[in-house]
Amino acid sequence: MRRLTYLAVTALFVAGCSDAGPRNIGVYLLLDTSGTYTEQLDKAEQIINYTLTRLNGLDSFAVARIDTGSFSEKDIIAKVTFDDRPSAANAQKRLFSETIHTFLKSVRPASHTDITGGLLQAVQFLNEKEPGRKIIFIFSDLKEDLMEGYIRDFPVPMENFEVVALNVTKLSSDNIDPREYLDRLDMWQARVEAEGGSWRVINDLDRLERLL
Amino acid sequence: MAFADLLGITPYPALSVSILLVFLVTLLYLARSSGHNVILTLSRTLHDAFRLGAHALANAERRLAARNREVLLAAGREAKERIIEREFDRISDSVEKDLGAYPRFQRNLSEAIVRIEEDYQKTVDVPPDPPGWVKAVDAVAKIDARSDKMVGTILSDIHKSLVKAHEQAMEEYRAASGKRHALLRRMVPNWRRIQQNLNHVNKNVDSLLKRCQPIDRHMQEYEEIVRGTDRALQVISSSSLVQFFVSAFVLSVAVGGATINFSLIARPMAEMVGGTNFIGGFKTADIAALVIILVEISMGLFLMESLRITRLFPVIGALPDKLRIRMMWTTFGILLSLASIEAGLAYMREILMQDELATSAILRGGVMVENDFAWITTAAQMGLGFMLPFALVFVAIPLETLVHSLRTVVGLLAAGSLHLVGLSLRIIGGAIRLVGAVLIKLYDVLIFLPLWVEVGINKRSKSGSHSISEVSS
Repeated sequence: MRRLTYLAVTALFVAGCSDAGPRNIGVYLLLDTSGTYTEQLDKAEQIINYTLTRLNGLDSFAVARIDTGSFSEKDIIAKVTFDDRPSAANAQKRLFSETIHTFLKSVRPASHTDITGGLLQAVQFLNEKEPGRKIIFIFSDLKEDLMEGYIRDFPVPMENFEVVALNVTKLSSDNIDPREYLDRLDMWQARVEAEGGSWRVINDLDRLERLL
Repeated sequence: MAFADLLGITPYPALSVSILLVFLVTLLYLARSSGHNVILTLSRTLHDAFRLGAHALANAERRLAARNREVLLAAGREAKERIIEREFDRISDSVEKDLGAYPRFQRNLSEAIVRIEEDYQKTVDVPPDPPGWVKAVDAVAKIDARSDKMVGTILSDIHKSLVKAHEQAMEEYRAASGKRHALLRRMVPNWRRIQQNLNHVNKNVDSLLKRCQPIDRHMQEYEEIVRGTDRALQVISSSSLVQFFVSAFVLSVAVGGATINFSLIARPMAEMVGGTNFIGGFKTADIAALVIILVEISMGLFLMESLRITRLFPVIGALPDKLRIRMMWTTFGILLSLASIEAGLAYMREILMQDELATSAILRGGVMVENDFAWITTAAQMGLGFMLPFALVFVAIPLETLVHSLRTVVGLLAAGSLHLVGLSLRIIGGAIRLVGAVLIKLYDVLIFLPLWVEVGINKRSKSGSHSISEVSS
């Protein structure tokens, strides 16, 4: 009987102290604001709002733009770590949505597309937040167009990162040679997976439940 | 060595099998006695072991049955004592209520009787006698008046006087009779009052006697329990099983109530302790809500104990009355506070839900539609939040019943299990013995050929020795 009591107490202690690690989610959304892709930004707002409905207390969310040089905190449009209290988290969500809405109304197209810089910024942001799950959404056509002199051909460590490419639109050149589009997707997938991350593409925005 | 190797001892497999069979049969024949012994010993050993196990289980079952009997009788005795105690309390209340006025009735009766007696005494007064000289006058009146005129005149006067006296006496007599009748009339209401009082007392005594009948019945049952009769045991056992199932059903209903209570307060608890903290895989908010409900149930238990409705904690029941009443009010106060907190949390839940719905509507680009009847759900939630803690107080009663009847049910189940296992062991033991006997027969079947030869040789040698003995004789 005494042994049984010790066992029960130990089991309770272990169960109580077992650290399953953080359970929160960190989401970083990269928004392509270059060239004609700005026409797609209405859909981005839909995705951001949907993401907001799915996030809970202590989750982190940041939305940053991809422009000529994206490796900068200045490109972060809005960022938040939601409060533990549901009422406060709801208020934060509303404010976040308003900030994004205001930005999307006044956004101006960028001349270049620095996706790698944005990814690096996302990795740094999420590593700093240390969430249980790290997700990077890339809302872009994935056509990187670096300004001359910008160096981006180095590995970006993305171990345990989930990278999801959203609404990867076809360019006019892709219509002439679809292999360009497929090669582009394959290149990004290979790059992400080579650095330890996982890769997904979601183009059907009517099925956002697969997003998180 | 594989079977294929054995088949290769000669170039012909059939021959090899035949040789092997002969070898095996010879071996079995030679080891027949030992083989039989091994099988017999093994089967007997296993049979004995199983029988021993069955015997041990039967002993354990008997001990358990005796313990169950003691537990049942003790529980029945305790329950019956409580019932009798309550019946006596009721009788005491009834006596206080109904017979408390008995001295008044007695005084009324005594007064009425005294009045009647006085009146009766008055009625027995003798009516006034006719005057004393009537006899003298009567003697004079017998004198012959015809002989003397003077005497005739005197007698005539006397007659007149007598008539007058008679009339006066009759008047007085009537007046006295009327007075006595009036006195007797005055006794009637007193008689009625006495009858009413006696009827009232009779009714009260009848009521008391009726109330005493259940006590007699309970006392008879109690005596049977004390004597430990089988009938009493059967009654207690079946009653205990019924109580177990009924209390289990009521408790499951209470669990439903507690679940609703939990869902009412778990969500708003996140506002107090955070919505994303975990303890051992469970949300802290959920644990906090559960703890509140458990505290409410505990307070309910203590309240019921303080009220002496349940007797799960003898310490509380044995407290001095003053302390017990203080404890009752304290637990009631805590319950009231918790119920108020729950009502507040239920209100908070509604606000949070509205807020969440509004946020979702905004984020989905829709518009939040105002519901005019939302106050009904809010009020209902608050009402439930306030009422459920008090409803959960009554969990103590079925819980106590379940705890008490559980002992009986577990005892019966354990005894049944022991009986079943014992029976199985006995059957297995018997089967093993039979299998041993069958194996011995099978052994002999395998070596039937040498046995048949042996029997033949034995017969021949017997007949040979018989003929030799006949010749020699």
